[in-house]
Amino acid sequence: MEKRQINVPMMADLAARGETPEVLFWVGCAGAFDDRYKRVTRAFVRILEHVGVNYAVLGMEESCTGDPAKRAGNEFLFQMQAMQNITTLNGYGIKKVVTACPHCFNTIKNEYPALGGEYEVIHHSTFLQQLINEGKVTAEGGESFKGRRITFHDSCYLGRANNIYEAPRAVLEVLDADLLEMKRCKTNGLCCGAGGAQMWKEPEPGKKDVNIERAEEALATLDGNAEVLRNLQGAESTAPALPAGSNHGGSVIAVACPFCMTMMADGVKNKERESDVQVFDLAELIASAEGLNA
Amino acid sequence: MHFSFQNILFLLVAVAGFGLFFWQARKIRANILVGRDRDMSGNVNERLWKTLLVAFGQQKMFKRLTPAVLHLIVYVGFIVINIEVIEILVDGLFGTHRFLQFLGPLYSALTATNEVLGALVILAVAALWWRRNVKGVRRFTGPEMRAWPRLDADVILYIEVILMTALFTMNAADLKLHGADLPGAYPVSQFLTGLLPDSPTALHVLERIGWWAHIVGILLFLNYLPSSKHFHIIMAFPNVYYSRLVPQGQFSNVESITHEVKAMMDPSYQVPAPATEPDGSAAAPTPFGAKDVDDLAWTNLLNAYSCTECGRCTSVCPANLTGKLLSPRKIIMDTRDRVEEKYNSPLIFNPNLYGKEAKHSEQEQLDKENHTLLRGYVTPEELWACTTCNACVEACPVNINPLESIVEMRRFLVLEESAAPNSLNVMFSNIENNGAPWAFSPSDRFNWADDLFVTDKAAVAQR
Repeated sequence: MEKRQINVPMMADLAARGETPEVLFWVGCAGAFDDRYKRVTRAFVRILEHVGVNYAVLGMEESCTGDPAKRAGNEFLFQMQAMQNITTLNGYGIKKVVTACPHCFNTIKNEYPALGGEYEVIHHSTFLQQLINEGKVTAEGGESFKGRRITFHDSCYLGRANNIYEAPRAVLEVLDADLLEMKRCKTNGLCCGAGGAQMWKEPEPGKKDVNIERAEEALATLDGNAEVLRNLQGAESTAPALPAGSNHGGSVIAVACPFCMTMMADGVKNKERESDVQVFDLAELIASAEGLNA
Repeated sequence: MHFSFQNILFLLVAVAGFGLFFWQARKIRANILVGRDRDMSGNVNERLWKTLLVAFGQQKMFKRLTPAVLHLIVYVGFIVINIEVIEILVDGLFGTHRFLQFLGPLYSALTATNEVLGALVILAVAALWWRRNVKGVRRFTGPEMRAWPRLDADVILYIEVILMTALFTMNAADLKLHGADLPGAYPVSQFLTGLLPDSPTALHVLERIGWWAHIVGILLFLNYLPSSKHFHIIMAFPNVYYSRLVPQGQFSNVESITHEVKAMMDPSYQVPAPATEPDGSAAAPTPFGAKDVDDLAWTNLLNAYSCTECGRCTSVCPANLTGKLLSPRKIIMDTRDRVEEKYNSPLIFNPNLYGKEAKHSEQEQLDKENHTLLRGYVTPEELWACTTCNACVEACPVNINPLESIVEMRRFLVLEESAAPNSLNVMFSNIENNGAPWAFSPSDRFNWADDLFVTDKAAVAQR
């Protein structure tokens, strides 16, 4: 296979040449620093390069959107971060932003306008769906997911917060895999436990951790474990029917959020199921199905 | 038509009943308006449409089918049977008998519908009582569901059965008294006449008892509402109308902080003059976030009066599901209890008579010194357990938003008391110093792009 090295275009360089990109890729702190989520960032950039999207990143000029500060109640710190980022983005005349993090997505899309930052903001699930609809991504030529079981875990900040339920599912559909819905999905989806700044603190005392509860549900869905599914609390009666059959191995929990990624992967590890269940982001699944990993 | 002592008595009872209700409603309106200003005007069409779907149409109830159907029966019964109240009022004031009979066949349709709905309401109420007291639906339990809320829930069901029984007593006695001459159709009462005595005097008395019990019962129920969770039958409508139209993920912007931050970044920025009292003196500065009920927005207090304590919010809360102290329903119930404790409790059936411990648990974490909503009712432990996932907001059939109140109290803890958990303070200083919530060096932010390759499919295809 021939491969080529990617020189990720930096916004400062484009600006120096007097160019503006079609879309700015907002990497986010997890995408830039978290070892696991860096692989998602790299997968998404491979897709952008493969399709030939005119994009750029801020590189070291990017700073935390302020989401965790805002959710934790530190409005002052949030606004400091937001104004700093808005100054950067407006300085470059950015019109459109894509990000793989639902928290960055929600914050920039919904909370920056009140502080003077108005952009068209899209989440990478919607962006990937558009590429698929345009025929630019076909999920051919790489790893085959045909017949493998995949269940999608809804991110709260993508789903309930912004009503994006179908885009990630449409992206997964192109893989021709066996897609299963968890009982608590879409509007009724159970949080991974990391939102609202929980990612950075120990949980309050309780019976179990939220990510364990969610991982148990995801595993039971992939395994077709009817007993576990029957005993789940908090499922509304519009829940999908229980899937039958047993796990064939190599199943996937698909996520679209860096914090869900951490929480679900920890949950799977806690249940000692890393050998047959993997947690992947949508961009990783598409990049490997398209055969872009080099 | 003939006036009698009964008509005068009825007039007095009706005026007293409605008058007392409006007196109570005004007190509650004042309670809600102690909340902070918040402009919810505009978007009238969108709001009306939402009210039509969510409040009138019960759209969000249908996520859970069984209770939705049972609730729909009681709801439709309540609305349709109340058309009969118009007739009762006119009959009572002017001494007419079944005033609406001029409607002819339509009157028969109305009375027949009422009878069928009345019977269905009794069945539905029995099923609801069974779910609550025998089956033990999990969401009807919890530390906040103590003596008063549990009693309240059953009292509502009993009153509904009494009202329907009064309706059938009136109709059956009237039917037996007048036979086929009685205007209207009575598909249920026609089977009940056999149970009644044959004496016309007794029948007349029974008909009067049924009639009076029905209308007096309704007036008493109306005046019970402001003390009860059942107030939702009225408050659900304004609550849905004034619910948020922005995406659920969008948290409110604190404008006073925006001015401060802008002034810090640009010294020439003119901070608008602080608000003044009507007499021209400077208004007392409002704290950041919420410590007590009057720091919340009026819509948050409207939420508290719209809650029927169904527990759908708590039943889907990830923190509550995994055994944490947080229960969104408790936050909303605490808000109502606190606003009635701090401002006057205007109610005639005062639930405070049951004592505090009947209303909410005396947790040891509660602060006896600072008896405010935050700490006096809601502990920081509850607030910090929230994942801000919006499951409670999504689940509420009447668009109550517990998350807003939680975030407002978090803001008070962080901005006024610096009382965040230590690990969150570490996260804050990481953001301040490194521009990331973790302790990574900002200079490593672009390292992910090192040695990045992609398969060159175009080149592969050319070969």
